[in-house]
Amino acid sequence: MQLQAPGPWSLLFGRLTLDQIPYTNPILQVTFAVAALIGLAVIGVVLYYKKVGYLWREWLTTVDHKKIGVMYIIVGLVMLFRGFADGLLIRTQQVLANGPHAAGFLGAQHGFLPPFHFDQVYSAHGTIMILFAATPILTGFQNIVVPLQIGARDMAFPYMNAVSLWLTTAAAALVMISLFVGDFSQAGWVGLIPLTELPFSPGTGVDYWMWAIQISSVGTTLNAINMIVTIVDMRAPGMTWFRMPVFSWTTLSTNIIGLTAFPVLGVALALLGADRYLGTHFFTAGMGGNLMLYTNLFWIWGHPEVYFLILPTFGVLSEVIPTFSEKPIFGYVTMVAATFAIAGISWLVWLHHFFTMGSGPDINGFFSVATMLVGIPTGVKVFNWMFTLYRGRITYTVPMLWAMFGLFLLLIGGLTGMMLALPAINYTVHDSVFVIAHFHCMVLMVVCAGFAGVTYWFPKLFGFKLDESWGKAFFWTFAIGTITVFTAMFALGFEGETRRLEWTFNTAWKPMLVIEEVGMVLYVISLALFAMMLVVSIKNRNRERLGADPWGTSRTLEWLTPTPIPFYNFAVTPQVNTRDELAWRRKHELANAKPDAYEEIHMPSNSGLPVILGACAGIFGFAMIWRIWWLAALGLLGIVAIVIFRSFDKNAGYHLQPNEVEAMERNLAIGSITSEQPDRSHHSIHAEAH
Amino acid sequence: MAHEAAPTANTRLFRPGYAGHNQISARTLGFWLYMLSDALLFTALFASYAVLDTPMNAAGGPIASQIVNPIEGFWQTIAILGSVTAYSLSTVSMKNGKRGGTALGIIASIVLAVVFLAFGIHDLTALAAQGDGMDRSGYLSAYFVLILTHAIHMGIGILWMLVMLVQIPRYGFNEMVVARMLNLRMFWQFQATVWVCVYVYVYMIGA
Repeated sequence: MQLQAPGPWSLLFGRLTLDQIPYTNPILQVTFAVAALIGLAVIGVVLYYKKVGYLWREWLTTVDHKKIGVMYIIVGLVMLFRGFADGLLIRTQQVLANGPHAAGFLGAQHGFLPPFHFDQVYSAHGTIMILFAATPILTGFQNIVVPLQIGARDMAFPYMNAVSLWLTTAAAALVMISLFVGDFSQAGWVGLIPLTELPFSPGTGVDYWMWAIQISSVGTTLNAINMIVTIVDMRAPGMTWFRMPVFSWTTLSTNIIGLTAFPVLGVALALLGADRYLGTHFFTAGMGGNLMLYTNLFWIWGHPEVYFLILPTFGVLSEVIPTFSEKPIFGYVTMVAATFAIAGISWLVWLHHFFTMGSGPDINGFFSVATMLVGIPTGVKVFNWMFTLYRGRITYTVPMLWAMFGLFLLLIGGLTGMMLALPAINYTVHDSVFVIAHFHCMVLMVVCAGFAGVTYWFPKLFGFKLDESWGKAFFWTFAIGTITVFTAMFALGFEGETRRLEWTFNTAWKPMLVIEEVGMVLYVISLALFAMMLVVSIKNRNRERLGADPWGTSRTLEWLTPTPIPFYNFAVTPQVNTRDELAWRRKHELANAKPDAYEEIHMPSNSGLPVILGACAGIFGFAMIWRIWWLAALGLLGIVAIVIFRSFDKNAGYHLQPNEVEAMERNLAIGSITSEQPDRSHHSIHAEAH
Repeated sequence: MAHEAAPTANTRLFRPGYAGHNQISARTLGFWLYMLSDALLFTALFASYAVLDTPMNAAGGPIASQIVNPIEGFWQTIAILGSVTAYSLSTVSMKNGKRGGTALGIIASIVLAVVFLAFGIHDLTALAAQGDGMDRSGYLSAYFVLILTHAIHMGIGILWMLVMLVQIPRYGFNEMVVARMLNLRMFWQFQATVWVCVYVYVYMIGA
């Protein structure tokens, strides 16, 4: 048994000692100061405006899918910022530490990051961007949009939805805590084996990485169940499968992937955890372990995960492009078929991440062909989008610009992906930055669709648009920055730069590294422009209050709800008559039709349990990382107790009376998701009552 | 195209009084989906077991034929299938609205599950005592973790049954209690199915 890791251990604090807090590191001092300032500022604002109660009642305890979606996106954006800061450190280190004579600062031989720190930075960058930035942002969109698009009042399991959010948030918090207490993993975001084993990584870094992912993946699995049941069970009357918007289809497919792939990641990490905590030999180099078992298990999740990210972004493009082309999507049925084809193939390609493992020509050949097959349905999609644009009445709004640039990145990433699918090429460029440039094109396509979605759906939720000119400035700096960084990176890949280099030894790389750094400067400027866009838009929010359909050309059901959306979504459930219901109603001048009478609405009650459960999960994770056994037991016990306690809770929601609904429909400000709701527990009903 | 038809006098734009989804059907579907993810978890564990079930991965320690005891496993199989039968009989009583019979079935089910777990835990502790614990070799790691993961699932099922023993007298057979009872039945049958796979794959083929 390896329950006791090397180093001091005490019953009360486990492995946690004061010198685990890296207060001597100047970079972390600055980071801590900035984080503390932002944190204090947020707390100060909340206290100054006396919003503690509001925050607790309306946000932290909410079970409203729209608010949960907004909080997912906030968590995702915060982590996106953190992940970007890591990326900036990596690029700056590589350009400073170029060649044998590169100067060293802050205790590093070259550049300013010693290998010990640099390795943590790239590991954190990958882990954060994939699991704690992209995933929450996309989950947020699905949460906000899908129930509206299918004409539902909420998710199938609103309480569980909140549980998913707070598990993800707890996991993200663990990653952030690793900055200031202990270290993060140095073994890459994929957890290179056997480097992650206890003898080679005796610190707590790998534990932070492992437990954060484990906790967030439970959240993602629960969310996948929720989304699938919502789509299967809660579509409005008349919304047959083939009237469902493409974004809802992609959400369905992506969550089927999530549901089936994440348990495998859970097993891979749990077995690694058994190795680290119980002394088993699953992946050890000796004693009958099998290193490639881990790599296979990880990528059996890892590749479907890539499509888990990209399919919803395809869905976003499929909403944005028809709206701003004023045409129905071209080839709807083939779009749906292509979505599921991609989801299906995603299971059969994982080995292309390690062709160089040496499985022999037959196996590599199979996975090579399977990988190239992905190009067929993806090509179908790209052509469908192009034919949607063809002879459309195109308006280049900010979401449309993001969608167009996303298509461009998809093309570059897709074509280089086809190159990498050939084992012969793959052997040559394996682990070079060519691969990095390829998959960054793909994930930046996800980011582009993310910003397209943010600008597209923002006015629906909050009733005002994000500022168009700042938005365009943000877009162009970001787009040019992306092209600058990754064109140079493709070239460096061909020049033989391998990935994860803390010291770029070859001086011939210098010009390209400098160009990459220039691109990073553009990214920094674009971030400032993004912040300006938010500030200016919020400042001018009352200049133009928008109606139900702010873009005027939207096609799907979410734009039928009033703006800002009341918390109950639809006062009366809509009847769906056709595929692009809103476009059809607009064409026949029915878009503003109101229901004849309002009726009682059943709504779920808020609950503080999910956020407490999330806190227990975070405590459990932290205690396991530091091997504070009593605290871990307490955290786990807390989770079990909350689950059991909840099953004894008879409060099954409350009923909104028709007159209340009518008042809120007349004055939308009362029911909007940013307004404070009165306590309606006197309307509460019990499970037996219905 | 058909979906482009113009609205007529009979076209409805709203559906007042639409009941929406049914709680029990949504919960049942959700639980089936959970079991799908759980099935994938066991699939990954079985795959790991298959990969590590070689003499090389035994690293000089015992291999499957030296540790598994199919006769004992047979009694375990009888116990777990008996537990499932007892639980199913308990849901028959629930259908007839009999609280006592339902509780009795659940208690019988718990007792048989404890018998099952006692066999398994005795087996694992005996192995560990003779120096063949999970830290002995890659093969034994896979064996222990596969059996223990199933045992943890069984333990959660027992806890769930204890909760139901409190809720049935307290609330009677309301919608939520019935939904939980039905989901627990699926869960229990699923765990028995996993055990049958373990028995065939680890115990019978291994011996």
